[in-house]
Amino acid sequence: MAATKTTVDITAAMVTEAVPLADWLLVAPVLLTMAGGAISIIFRKKSATQPWIAITTIALVILSNIGLLNHVLTNGVVTMVMGSWLPPFGIAFTADPLGALLALTASVATMCVAVFAMNSIAENERRYGFYPFLLMLLCGVTGSFLTGDIFNLYVWFEVLLISSFGMQILGNEKVQIDGAVKYAVLNLIATTLFLAATGLLYGLVGTLNMADIAGKLKAFDSSGPMLGLATLYFLAFAMKAAAFPVNFWLPASYHTPRLVVAAIFAGLLTKVGVYALLRVMLLLMPEGRDWLASLIGIVAIATMLTGSLGALAQTDIRRLMAYLVIAGIGAMMAGIAVGNEVAVSGAIFYSMHSVLIMTALYLLVAFMFQMSGTFSLREIGGLYIRTPLGAGIGLILLLAVAGLPPFSGFWAKLLLVAGALEAGRGWVAAGILVSGLFTTIAVGRLWIFAFWRGGNEHTVDGIQALPIAGSSDASEISWSIWLPLVVLTALIFIIGILPETMMSITENGAKTLIDPTAYIGSVFGGIR
Amino acid sequence: MNTLIFRTVAPYLSALMMLFSVFVLLRGHNEPGGGFIGGLIAVSAFAIYGIACGVSAVRRAMKFHPMSIAASGLLLAVVSVLPSLFFSQPAMTSQWLALPFLGTVIDLSTPLFFDIGVYLVVVGAISSIALSLEERAD
Repeated sequence: MAATKTTVDITAAMVTEAVPLADWLLVAPVLLTMAGGAISIIFRKKSATQPWIAITTIALVILSNIGLLNHVLTNGVVTMVMGSWLPPFGIAFTADPLGALLALTASVATMCVAVFAMNSIAENERRYGFYPFLLMLLCGVTGSFLTGDIFNLYVWFEVLLISSFGMQILGNEKVQIDGAVKYAVLNLIATTLFLAATGLLYGLVGTLNMADIAGKLKAFDSSGPMLGLATLYFLAFAMKAAAFPVNFWLPASYHTPRLVVAAIFAGLLTKVGVYALLRVMLLLMPEGRDWLASLIGIVAIATMLTGSLGALAQTDIRRLMAYLVIAGIGAMMAGIAVGNEVAVSGAIFYSMHSVLIMTALYLLVAFMFQMSGTFSLREIGGLYIRTPLGAGIGLILLLAVAGLPPFSGFWAKLLLVAGALEAGRGWVAAGILVSGLFTTIAVGRLWIFAFWRGGNEHTVDGIQALPIAGSSDASEISWSIWLPLVVLTALIFIIGILPETMMSITENGAKTLIDPTAYIGSVFGGIR
Repeated sequence: MNTLIFRTVAPYLSALMMLFSVFVLLRGHNEPGGGFIGGLIAVSAFAIYGIACGVSAVRRAMKFHPMSIAASGLLLAVVSVLPSLFFSQPAMTSQWLALPFLGTVIDLSTPLFFDIGVYLVVVGAISSIALSLEERAD
């Protein structure tokens, strides 16, 4: 059993140099959320302390992710291999600007949801484990963003999926089970496809380390099997990301869970799919992406248009939001379809923006429900007079999701359109702009009906109808609801006003994806 | 399953299986075995005891709630990753401690504690499922 019995000299396969302390930031988010999740399971009966365990943990994760992003931006791509085993044997955690930025954004969104949930998740539902699930979900999501091993990515997908199943049926309602079955079946099929593709890939190149795969696939002579693999991966991740035509599970399931749960789902889960697409299509199989570019472009445009038209057709606010999620996914996929540096930078910018905006919008829906007692666009109304601040926040968020200046969505779409025009793919740019127009109409309709109109749909203009029973007054809204909404809106506004920092990070991320030298160098250059 | 023979044998059988699960857990470092399979054997022991003597008897015998056992296992696994932090080594690098004990030397290592963590997670999670299924059958 002892190490002294070993007869083989393994030092050649081990990391022997000292690892700087800052590299531990790579694994800190995963370890912190796992430990926090474990502690909150142990204290699952103490529902009053649950939120504070989660908030403390997520605050530490945010700090560590800020440190990690800073570390990556100053020192380039960072790698840590588990157990000192050199890649490709050891499982590598590799953070590039893309992964670090998304991990930070995801932890900020999770924090907002954790605070919001203090008031909106009932005491007895906390006992079913809302906060442990939330922490494990964040664990899975940050793990996916930071891992540098494709099988490990699959494992993190499982971690976040299992947590999301638990969160989805919080409340034990019949309709939730119905939504969860649709969600679970489609996601399990996608995960199975992902696993099958990974098995085939391993058979093809004999490695699972992403940097190693990128290098080996480039040197591969026959492109046939690789193109097949790229298509399989594309299908699997498109399903996860809810791209047309495999997106029907999303509107069928996102209106059933608690709204805070839907907020974190809409903010994080589909974005993990987009992230995986960015990683696999651009870093691992650029040749496969070139081959699939037109298909991805068509899928992207179809996703954007069905999303924005779907949003236009809905009268249930929750379903409307689900279609807005899909429209955003289309925009990110357009960036992958174009594939040049500007467009990929736009796709990364949009992913970051989409995490914040979709979380914020679902929280806004929860807020609107509390104020009005209804989800129906026909019934809702008169919110402006009752909460001018809420109406202001609503207007900013809705304009931001449509991609209008001066909010964060505008810059993402600007980069995407500029990239598409630069690459001579005018039809992708046209798709982005047309879908932006439809989205603007859809969210304008929502804002006018919910906030501007005096009451429900029969109210005559200029008249203030009586509030609906079951609604609360603006003064009764607790700070734990205002704070996340205000913080997210402020972030979206600040990023919109001062986009330069964010643009330089996303540009950096796009460069690392398109030219994998830095990524591969970080993994195989020993410890740096 | 309410036969006298089964009810008499079950406690001894489960005790033996628990012992065997610990054996499998500990030999897992160099030979077939480990925390996962050891945990499954332990859960089978609890399940047999539960079928023979009822779920409440198992819950009493376990002392802690299965979910707490799983959570403490997860915590132990996380903690076992940390020691290499203090030696400027990457996460999960194994650290060894040779402990003299009654004339022989016991090799303690961080992978061992990680494996114990896995064992506890499996015991907690699977027995939680198994017990609630058996409860439903009662």
